[in-house]
Amino acid sequence: MLAHGSGGKLAHDIIRNSFVSSLSNPVLAQLDDSAVIEAGGRLAFTTDSYVVQPIFFPGGDIGKLAVCGTINDLTMVGATPLYLSLAFIIEEGLPLNDLKKVVSSIKEAAKEAGVTVITGDTKVVNRGTADKLFINTAGIGTVPAGLNVSGHNARPGDRLILSGTVGDHGIAVLSQREGVNFATELNSDCAPLNGLVVEMLNTSDNIHCLRDPTRGGLATTLNEIAEQSSVSLRIDEDKIPVREEVASACEMLGLDPLYVANEGKLISAVAPEDAEKVLKQMKKHRYGRDAAIIGEVKEENPGRVVMKTGLGTTRIIDMLVGEPLPRIC
Amino acid sequence: MKLVSEFRQHGLADGLVRSIRQHAQKPARFMEFCGGHTVSIMKSGLRQLLPPSLTLTSGPGCPVCVTDNTDLDKAIALASLPDVMVASFGDMMRVPGSRSSLQEAKAAGADVRVVYSPLDALSLAKENPDKSVIFLGIGFETTAPTVAASILQAVEMELKNYYVLSLHKLCPPVIKVLLDSGEVNLQGLICPGHVSAVIGSSPWEFIARDYGIPCVVSGFEPLDILQCIDMLARQMADGEARVEIAYRRGVTREGNQTAIGIMEKVFAPASARWRGFGEVAASGLKLRPEFARLDAEANFDFNPGPTATPKGCLCGEVLRGVKSPGDCTLFRHVCTPEKPAGPCMVSAEGTCAAYYHYGEKDVR
Amino acid sequence: MCLAIPVRIKSIDGTDAEVEIGGTTRKTSLMLTPEARVGDYVLLHAGYAINIIDQAEAEETLAIFAEMSKLMEGQ
Repeated sequence: MLAHGSGGKLAHDIIRNSFVSSLSNPVLAQLDDSAVIEAGGRLAFTTDSYVVQPIFFPGGDIGKLAVCGTINDLTMVGATPLYLSLAFIIEEGLPLNDLKKVVSSIKEAAKEAGVTVITGDTKVVNRGTADKLFINTAGIGTVPAGLNVSGHNARPGDRLILSGTVGDHGIAVLSQREGVNFATELNSDCAPLNGLVVEMLNTSDNIHCLRDPTRGGLATTLNEIAEQSSVSLRIDEDKIPVREEVASACEMLGLDPLYVANEGKLISAVAPEDAEKVLKQMKKHRYGRDAAIIGEVKEENPGRVVMKTGLGTTRIIDMLVGEPLPRIC
Repeated sequence: MKLVSEFRQHGLADGLVRSIRQHAQKPARFMEFCGGHTVSIMKSGLRQLLPPSLTLTSGPGCPVCVTDNTDLDKAIALASLPDVMVASFGDMMRVPGSRSSLQEAKAAGADVRVVYSPLDALSLAKENPDKSVIFLGIGFETTAPTVAASILQAVEMELKNYYVLSLHKLCPPVIKVLLDSGEVNLQGLICPGHVSAVIGSSPWEFIARDYGIPCVVSGFEPLDILQCIDMLARQMADGEARVEIAYRRGVTREGNQTAIGIMEKVFAPASARWRGFGEVAASGLKLRPEFARLDAEANFDFNPGPTATPKGCLCGEVLRGVKSPGDCTLFRHVCTPEKPAGPCMVSAEGTCAAYYHYGEKDVR
Repeated sequence: MCLAIPVRIKSIDGTDAEVEIGGTTRKTSLMLTPEARVGDYVLLHAGYAINIIDQAEAEETLAIFAEMSKLMEGQ
């Protein structure tokens, strides 16, 4: 049962079979990170829960993660994030200082991103019935009229632009787990991406798709895009930026950076004529310095993600299966 | 990353590929024994660089895959005992036994922990004195010395609650059985790199001498495997059959005598059951009588139940090199990594898993 | 499972060593390679160094690859 939350194919099946079929409405069926609806202006609305373990990790904590993660979900449909709700489920015995630190991180992250937490809730549960702290969020943003950024919109010919290095977050969190014997200087890449996306949208009207590759990693998100848009994606192994520390930690642990979670990165499908100028603009932003064009969208073999290896051979990039890294987000 | 990134300079592949094409004129089948080589080959798409005359066939070198259901059921039965904690390498968790898996046992309340090293299991034993910590010993000669070392450490630490269920296996005996069966016709053997780092290259000499099959010990980077294939092709072209080491930075003829010594101090060869091969004499390792106190098999009362294997599962044939994953009717349709019928689809080094994840459906 | 990676020994404490690769460090046992020294490269598998890497052979192998690349050009 635990395996369902890892962000890969099983999570998909649960969403499809349990939620979509019984709740059955066209908005839910889009399966984007945010639901975009007409309601006196276009609103984007999203919800998420954060159960990362441990709650403090290099480069962030569960509070920063909750704010950035929610903001990013709104940002990925082109929304301007405005308001968040935050609900805490606190395990009895959590030191007050820890809670204060988390709240302080939330305040800081919200300030950087320009969002307001306008409603919240707190519950305390018995020791052992929650692991230190769980946070649930909902987020609302506005989507400019006529803007249609969606996982459904990738078109053959589009270039795939990745905003930076992959695998940082998952490895940073993993390094703090008890019983996992490895040390690294790596920080999580946890960051709010709304500023970066504003720059991108100001540079081009032809940004078709934005997704943030969280649980399941870049590979899983690429597969989701390929399926949602009924296209195939072709990426170049040599173009994917990976920090040496991430690569080496993955070697040690037998992991593939393409499947390790990110919390401050996005992948976009951009019309070919605008790709270079969008890339240039992204690289000027602090969260886009290592941005790179990693591939393109193709028409044949819809649903497939194919990678050209450093050797010049090709292989399939599958979706994540199983649960190698639990409770990363 | 020194010694890794240097061996990933893919521009250097060209020379090796051209040499292979030059020397591999006749049709030939090489077997990569080791699951790690299978994964590397599939992940790098290496076959796409080889001439059509060369076929690569996967062998039984995946210690997870060759663990028979009878043995896996023992581990699951032990996990279900009260006050027992089973510590296992992650690969074994989702392998289906006759009725259940370690993952399912865990979901049902058994205390099963994933560890990266037998040292982690020793730590668990120290931290949980009220539990019996049983380490699931899976692996070939690469891993067996590490488990043997952990047993010696447990004895030295006077740790009373550390046990090992030894399902370790030895490679040379099963290769002999495979060759004697006549089921696969091989013109070369890609010998396991890290098993050889421990036992040396000399244990493969009987293959060249008695079966006339060229043997080359290979590293795991695509460049290493290409070099190995080139050396096999050259032997073939010269009509030779001997044991060579391509993986010279990691392997010598004699191997690591300390590691061999520790392995032999703790373990003795015993008959073992291999998926796909049945009982193979002197192909497994069991704890010597002086270490009986740490032998899980001898110290617990458990009932694994009757053994069953799923209908239509071709893991056995795939492990013997006579069938390819694409030949199995269950492959992809019924048997997937989320719902595996057999271990080859779920093991990190399983042939079917490698084909599923990295290859097209009809790649042979 | 036969996953073993080359790591460099940073420091040694009895039969234990701290090893590193590309900025990631880890504790390892040298019980199987007691003759290893600080600065050596070893093959790390399941928490133990299972063999010492021969760096000269590593250089030699890379040189062979480079040589073949040049030789085979245009063939």
